Amino acid sequence: MTLTAAPPTAGPSTPPVRTRRHKGSEVRAGYAFLTPWLLGFVLLTAGPMIASLYLAFTDYNLFAPPQWVGLDNFRMLFQDPNYLKAWQVTGIYVLFGTPVKLASALAVAMLLNARHRGQGFYRSAFYLPSLVGASVSIAIVWKAMFIDNGIVDRMQQAVGIEGGGWVGDPSRTMPMLVLLTVWQFGAPMVIFLAGLKQVPLELYEAASVDGAGPVRKFWRITLPMLSPVLFFNLLLETIHAFQIFASAFIISNGTGGPARSTLFYTLYLYFRGFQDFRMGYASAMAWVLVLVVGGITAFFFRSSRLWVHYSGEGK
Amino acid sequence: MSPTSVPANAPAKLHRPTVEQSAGLRRQARSRSLGRSIVFHVATVVLTVVILYPAVWMLMSAFKPTHDIVGNVSLVPHDASLANFAKALGGIGGVSFWTFFTNSLVLAVGSVVGITISCSVSAYAFARIDFPGRNVFFVLMIGTLLLPFHVVIIPQYIVFNRLGLVDTFVPLLLGKFLAAEAFFVFLMVQFMRNLPRELDEAARIDGAGHVRIFASIMLPLMKPALVSSSIFAFIWSWNDFFGPLLYLKKPDLYSLPIALRMFVDQTSVSDYGAQMAMAVLALVPVMLFFFVFQRYLVEGVATQGLKG
Repeated sequence: MTLTAAPPTAGPSTPPVRTRRHKGSEVRAGYAFLTPWLLGFVLLTAGPMIASLYLAFTDYNLFAPPQWVGLDNFRMLFQDPNYLKAWQVTGIYVLFGTPVKLASALAVAMLLNARHRGQGFYRSAFYLPSLVGASVSIAIVWKAMFIDNGIVDRMQQAVGIEGGGWVGDPSRTMPMLVLLTVWQFGAPMVIFLAGLKQVPLELYEAASVDGAGPVRKFWRITLPMLSPVLFFNLLLETIHAFQIFASAFIISNGTGGPARSTLFYTLYLYFRGFQDFRMGYASAMAWVLVLVVGGITAFFFRSSRLWVHYSGEGK
Repeated sequence: MSPTSVPANAPAKLHRPTVEQSAGLRRQARSRSLGRSIVFHVATVVLTVVILYPAVWMLMSAFKPTHDIVGNVSLVPHDASLANFAKALGGIGGVSFWTFFTNSLVLAVGSVVGITISCSVSAYAFARIDFPGRNVFFVLMIGTLLLPFHVVIIPQYIVFNRLGLVDTFVPLLLGKFLAAEAFFVFLMVQFMRNLPRELDEAARIDGAGHVRIFASIMLPLMKPALVSSSIFAFIWSWNDFFGPLLYLKKPDLYSLPIALRMFVDQTSVSDYGAQMAMAVLALVPVMLFFFVFQRYLVEGVATQGLKG
C-alpha cells in the first residue's frame, strides 16, 4: 500500500553514512533530470507563492501598480460578512461531507470484502461516480434532479413532504451538495478495499476463538489495521473538500446562491479575484486558506501518532 | 472462502463431534452463509441501482423531449428521438460542437504528453540518482501535493495576462510540461523504487549512463505507471473546469465544460433535453476510457491511492 505518509527520505539504498563527496557527474545528471520539476517548482509554485504573499498586503486591480496597505486586507476579510459566510458554508460541507463519504466508503468496502464473487464488477460500478462526479455534466444532471418538480421533488411529494426542489431552497442546497460528494465514495472505497485485503485472516480467527463478536472485531481488528489507509483517505478527502468549485458554480449558476448558501470559499475567491479583480484581497484569502489547510494537515499528522498503527511487517 | 466459514467449522474439528452433531453444525453454517449471501446480494443490487441511477437517467433523458424529463423518474423514453443531440451538436453562437470537442482533445492529449515526459524524467532523478538537495526537493514536492492551488493562481494569472497568453492553451499546458502535477511525479517515484536496482547496476557496469538507463531500462518497465498516469491525466484535463474558466475567454477556444456551461446559460432554463444531450456527449470520452481501462483505473486507485 502506497501512502503519502511514506517516509519522505531517499531511496532505501542510500548508505547510512553520509558521504560528503558526491560524484560530479552524478550531481550534474541529477539536476539535469530534475530540470522540468525544478523549473515548474520555481516558476509555477514557489515564485507565485511569494508573489501572492506580497500581493496579500497590497491593493491591486491588474491595471494600476500594487499599493502597499499592510494588514488591511486581512482586517477587511474578517469584517466581510460574505467572507465569513464562505467559511461557514465550506466548513459545514467539509464537516459533514467528508465523514459521511468515508463512512459510506468503509461500509461498502466491508460489504464487498465479505465475498469475492462479483467484487470486480461492483468495485468498478461504484467507482464510476468518482471519475465523473466533479464534472460540469454531472452538476447539470444533479441540478435537473433537484429542481422544483424534479424527480427528487416528486419522490418527496409521493411520501408527503412539501417544500419543492432543493436547488432554490437555501436550507437544502447543502444536503444536495453533500449527497453529490457522498455519491463519489468509490475512490476511497477502492482504497479501503485494498487495505482490507491486507488484514491477515488469522487475526479474525484468533478473535473468534476468543469469543469476540463482529462489533468487537471491527473496533479491535479492522479499524486499527485500516488506520493507515483511513488516515490517507481522511487527509486527502478533507483537503479536497475545501476546494470544491465546479459543482457549486454550475448548480448556483455562477452566483453562490440562493441566499449565499453555496458561496464556497473558492467561489468567493474567484468572484473577488477574477470578477472584481481585487487581486490583493483574493491573495489574502488564498493565504488564509493555505494556513488553515496547512494547520489541519499538521494536526492530522500529529494526531496520527495516537491513532494510526503501522504494522511492522512492511508491505 | 468467506472468513466467517472458517471459525464456524474450526471448533467442530477440534472436539471431534459425533456424526449428527457435525451434520447439524454444518447445516447451521450453511444456512447462515445462505442468509449472508442473500443480504450481500440484496444490498449490492440496491446500491448499484441507487448509484448508477443518476448516470442512466441522464443518458436516457437525453433522448426524451424536455417536457418528459423534469420530474419523470422513469428511464425509458416514451418517444425516443435524437432531436436533443441535433440541437447540442449545433453548437453555440456560431461555434460548432466539434470545435469545443477538438479544443478539449488538444488540451487532454497535450496534458498526457507533457505529464508522461516531464514527470517520468523528474521521477527518475528522485528515485535513482543520488545528489545533494534531492531529499529537500522531495519533501517540497510532497508539500505541493497537499497545497491548495489557489495560492498560486492569482500571480500566475497576472503573469500570463501580461505576457498576452490569456486566450491561448499555454497557461493550461505549461504546468503539465514542467511536472507541476506532483501526484504523477510521486506515483512514478514510488513505482521506480520498486523496480530492482540490480538492473541499473548491471547496465552501469556495462558502461551505460543515466540517459541510457532511463530510456532503455526504466521507461519500458514503467509502462503500467505510465498507462495509469496517462488515463488519469486525460480524464482530469477533460473534466477540468477552473483552468479553462480563467484562461479561455473566446468562444472558439472553449473546452467542452466551459461550452457546456455557456450552453446552460443560453438555452432557456426549460430546455433540459438539449442540456442532457450535451452533458452526455461531453462525457463520452471519459466513459470510453472507463469501459476500456477500468481495470487499470481501479487498480491505479487501489495501489497508488490516485483520486478519481
